Amino acid sequence: MARNSSPAGPLFGRIVLWWRVLRQTPAFRITSVFARRLTGKPLVISIPYLWLLLFFVIPFIIVLKISFAETRIAMPPYSPLWEWTSNTMLEVRLTIGNYAFLFQDALYSNAYLSSMRIAGISTLLCLIIGYPMAYGMARSKSSTRNILLLLVVLPFWTSFLLRVYAWIGLLKNNGVINNLLMAMGIIKEPIVMMQTDFAVYLGIVYSYLPFMILPLYSTLEKMDLTLLEAAADLGCRPTKAFLKITLPLSTPGIVAGCMLVFIPAVGEYVIPALLGGPDTLMIGRVLWDEFFANRDWPVASAVAIAMLLLLVVPIMIFQYTQGREMRAHK
Amino acid sequence: MAANAKQAQAKLAPWLDPKAEPYVFIDRVTKKFGDFVAVSNVTLKVFKGEIFCLLGGSGCGKTTLLRMLAGFETPTSGTLSIDGQNLADIPPYNRPINMMFQSYALFPHMTVEDNVAFGLKQEGISKAEIRKRVDDMLAIVKMTQFARRKPHQLSGGQRQRVALARSLVKRPKLLLLDEPLGALDRKLREQTQFELVNIQEQLGVTFIIVTHDQEEAMTLASRIGVMNHGEIVQVGTPLEIYEFPTSRFVADFIGSVNMFEGRLIEDRPDHVRIQSDDLGGTIYVDHGISAAPGVTVWAAIRPEKIRIARERPQGQDNCVEGTIKEVAYMGDMSIYLVQLGSGRIVRVTLPNIERESESKFTWEERVFLHWHPESPVVVTQ
Repeated sequence: MARNSSPAGPLFGRIVLWWRVLRQTPAFRITSVFARRLTGKPLVISIPYLWLLLFFVIPFIIVLKISFAETRIAMPPYSPLWEWTSNTMLEVRLTIGNYAFLFQDALYSNAYLSSMRIAGISTLLCLIIGYPMAYGMARSKSSTRNILLLLVVLPFWTSFLLRVYAWIGLLKNNGVINNLLMAMGIIKEPIVMMQTDFAVYLGIVYSYLPFMILPLYSTLEKMDLTLLEAAADLGCRPTKAFLKITLPLSTPGIVAGCMLVFIPAVGEYVIPALLGGPDTLMIGRVLWDEFFANRDWPVASAVAIAMLLLLVVPIMIFQYTQGREMRAHK
Repeated sequence: MAANAKQAQAKLAPWLDPKAEPYVFIDRVTKKFGDFVAVSNVTLKVFKGEIFCLLGGSGCGKTTLLRMLAGFETPTSGTLSIDGQNLADIPPYNRPINMMFQSYALFPHMTVEDNVAFGLKQEGISKAEIRKRVDDMLAIVKMTQFARRKPHQLSGGQRQRVALARSLVKRPKLLLLDEPLGALDRKLREQTQFELVNIQEQLGVTFIIVTHDQEEAMTLASRIGVMNHGEIVQVGTPLEIYEFPTSRFVADFIGSVNMFEGRLIEDRPDHVRIQSDDLGGTIYVDHGISAAPGVTVWAAIRPEKIRIARERPQGQDNCVEGTIKEVAYMGDMSIYLVQLGSGRIVRVTLPNIERESESKFTWEERVFLHWHPESPVVVTQ
């Protein structure tokens, strides 16, 4: 009697029964298997992969597709890759002329080489400036270390574009630096710094230096300092100990830093466009011109694909050394 | 005959010879870190070919002392010298001293043989000579077959051998070892202890070992220096340290001990008698001590020196009644915790000579504890 007096009793019992029946259905079983699989690790991994698929793989396929098309004055400004010519014929037209064109016109190879050179020299400069900075940070007291780290990251709080514009104000003929030097009487004529390769190097080194310092700092900071004591104990002077111990052990940081600077620097557009002169040839600018000045989308796409392939090689090297490093530390 | 014996003794125990020149001489060394005194006025003489152990708890200054010898720290005052040479102005990379680090500090990017060869390469020795000495050293530590491996491919025990080889290959005058066996498991540690002694005898290098592990110190050392709060409390052979501690700290630190506080009631040149409320009885010691009657002293009795009996032994001294509260079977021996009338718990260990003894004592049994008059050690501080 007492049991049946509860109004929730029969209803609750019915829900449980329905639930049991529902759980036996094949549809439910399949979905529950997927639901179980999609929790935890797979779910966490799948979200960024979905992101990459949407915003990298699909646009890449579109660009790849355009690179095999022909240019034409229309909307969109390229020919379709396949067409139904008659009712039953599917005509696929793959043009490799765009790629061939890249080899024929010296402009592109020059732009590639020039990009590689500018990116390479900038990376080297970043390394030369960044290594002592990272070293100094890693060996400073832990209280000052955090402040120094903050100072390195601080420029990121301002927009990249604004910071490059600020350099224009500093470098131009009647800019801060020239005015200061002339006011001090050191120079009579303003030094031409804007629209030179110097300004491009300065801009790239300035913008990408934190990307060099941070990985270097993290490897140097992790380093076991007793190794240096051991080296000294075995008769090794400090400079030699640096070359024999510290430098080889910081290779992962050097590789990571160089990749993080080199890869974006190759395709850099904003800095050469704003600070560089008309003769500063970089692939990013060529790409821009092809797309927006020439409206030659297929060639521009081919340039983009070629640049990507050019960058994949250093990325692969990076991945390889990273993988080796991971295995070594297991 | 007597002269010969004396000579032999001087060779085995040079510290007994007042005229012997110390090889390593630590002279009134103090090291301060800010206000903290890590090492306080330590004077120590270590002789050639010795294995000297610095033993103490963490933060007692033993590692700081070692690091000063290696040259990683400079003493605030005092001098360190080796073989008559003052070390003050010699940087670590020029000292005839090598160190085996607690973490081994093997260079992770170099193979075993490169690690071992590293020190020799700094000296400008010919390649063939380096090759030979590295191979010899690796053979001594039985690591020849692992010469091409990197440190991360080795086990803890193998790394320890490489570290040892690396620090010995330069044939230093003095080898410093910082907790050399700390990272090894018990079985491996025992085995390595004996190997370490063998290698030391083979090469004749003077060792100074820092350890917090008294067992390690006992096995390895020719002499032990017990440290506490930056000071050396007692220096002596393992036997002296264990059987004749000069202070409560040393008696307590080395092995386990039953410490009874008491008053001197009888002080004769050939014996003393101590009244201890702690014990609830008197302790008779068959040798004299230098202390005023009535003064508070401590009698330390090692657990293995106490015997258990069911019947009351004869005599009033060195005997006390109690109840067994705890029995722990350890395999080679059993530990009994006996509660006295005063409430004190006394630790007694008995070797398990027979496999299954019928006369075994059990829980809550009333027993008598007694010991030989020479067993207690009386300390006044």
